Amino acid sequence: MNINHHLDEATLFSYVAGALSQGMALVVASHISICDSCRERVFETEAIGGALLDDVVNDNSPDSSSVSVKVNETALEQVLACLDEEAPVTTPGKIPPDGESTVGNTSEVPAPLRDYIGGSLDAVQWKRLSSGFYYFDVFSEQRGICRLLKVAPGKSILHHGHHGNELTLLLRGSYADEVGRFAQGDIADLDDQIEHQPLVDGDENCICLVATDYPLRFTTLLGKVIQPMTGF
Amino acid sequence: MVNVVPIRKNSMTAIQSKVWSAMLAEMAVTKDKSLYIQLYQHFAPKVKAYITRLGVMEATAEELTQEAMLNMWRKSHLFQPEKSAASTWLFTLARNQSIDWMRKHKYPEYSLDNMQGGIEEVSETDIGEQSVQSERIAQAISQLPENQALVVYMSFYEGRSHSEIADRLMIPLGSVKSRIRLAAEKLKLTLRGELSLGGEQ
Repeated sequence: MNINHHLDEATLFSYVAGALSQGMALVVASHISICDSCRERVFETEAIGGALLDDVVNDNSPDSSSVSVKVNETALEQVLACLDEEAPVTTPGKIPPDGESTVGNTSEVPAPLRDYIGGSLDAVQWKRLSSGFYYFDVFSEQRGICRLLKVAPGKSILHHGHHGNELTLLLRGSYADEVGRFAQGDIADLDDQIEHQPLVDGDENCICLVATDYPLRFTTLLGKVIQPMTGF
Repeated sequence: MVNVVPIRKNSMTAIQSKVWSAMLAEMAVTKDKSLYIQLYQHFAPKVKAYITRLGVMEATAEELTQEAMLNMWRKSHLFQPEKSAASTWLFTLARNQSIDWMRKHKYPEYSLDNMQGGIEEVSETDIGEQSVQSERIAQAISQLPENQALVVYMSFYEGRSHSEIADRLMIPLGSVKSRIRLAAEKLKLTLRGELSLGGEQ
C-alpha cells in the first residue's frame, strides 16, 4: 500500500504513552497496522517507555523522580502458583469476530478495527445523515466521536475547524482538501490550527474512520445549525 | 563479549539491561521458572511503581502488577528481543493492563499480522543494541529541558492527552504538541546514536 500521509510525532508519542482517547487510539492502531514506517517509529517510541520503566525505580540513583515501591511478599508465590494454569493466549486486536473474517474485502479493514465492525465495510449498518452522507458510530466518547463516515463522490463536508485533534484514516476512496489529497491507508492528523473542507474527488464512495477529542468547530452558519443533529 | 557500544561510565546499566533481555528471551524458549523468578523480582517493583504513578490505588496496582507479570510468562513467546528491550516489552504489558482496567475497555493495539519478515533469528548483538538504547534514552530524558521533560512525564506517567496537558499547563494545544515533538525528536536522535549524551539541549 502506497501511504503518503503519516502520523504526527506528537500523536504517535501519546499513543505509545497510553494517553490517547479510546477512539483516537483505535485510529492510530489501525493506521500502524498497515503502515510499516509508522510501525518502526512506534518501536522507537516504545523504547522511551521502557527507559522510563527502568528509571521509575532505580536503587542506584538518588534521582527524585524515582520512587521506591515494594511488591507484596506473598505476591511472587501467588503468581508462581498460576504459572501452570492453562490460560487462553489471546492477542487483542488480532482476532476478528467469528465468521466475519472471510466476508468482504478484509484487507480494507485493519485488524484493530475488525474487533469493532467485523471484516467488511460493506456489511456495516450505515445510518443516513443526509443525501450522500452515511455514518456508523464505532463507539461513543465523552467529548469526541469515533465513527465511520461514508461520503458519495462529488460530495463535500462543510467547512470546519477543530477545538482539539481530529484523526481520519482513509479506508476506501479518496478526498482532497486544503491539506492535500488522501487515499487508502493515508491518515489526516489535524489540530486546532487547521480549517478545511474535504471533497470526495474519486468516482467511488469515500469511507474513513474519524476520531476527535473535542466537538468540531463549523465555520458556516449552516454547519452550526446542523451540528446538534449530526453529532459532530 | 560482543562489543556493541563505546564504554561509558553508565555502561553497567546497559550490561544489566542486556542481561535481562537475554534472560527473558531464554525464558520464552525454556519456560524455566528460576529465570521467571529473577525477572519477576527485578521488574515487578518497576511495573508496580509505573502503575501506581498512573494514579491507581495500592491494592489495585498490586493486582494489575500481578496480571502484567503473569502475562510476562504467558505471552513471553511474543517478546521480540531484536525489536525491543525487556523493559520496553514489560512497559507495553503494564500500560495495556492498567489502561484496560481504568477504561474498562481494551486499549487498541496495533496488529503484527502484517509485519514483514516475521520473527527473526536473534543474535546477542541484537539484544545488546536494544538494551543499550534503553539506557541511553533514560540518560537523554534526564537531559531534556524542563518544559519538554514535563510533557513526556505527563504523557507517560499520568496518561494525559494533549488537550488535558494544555488545560493543565494553560498553554495552547499547539505548544503541547510542539514540545512533545521536540522531546521525541531529541530522544530518537539519541536512540540512533546521532546525538551525543551530555551535548546540546
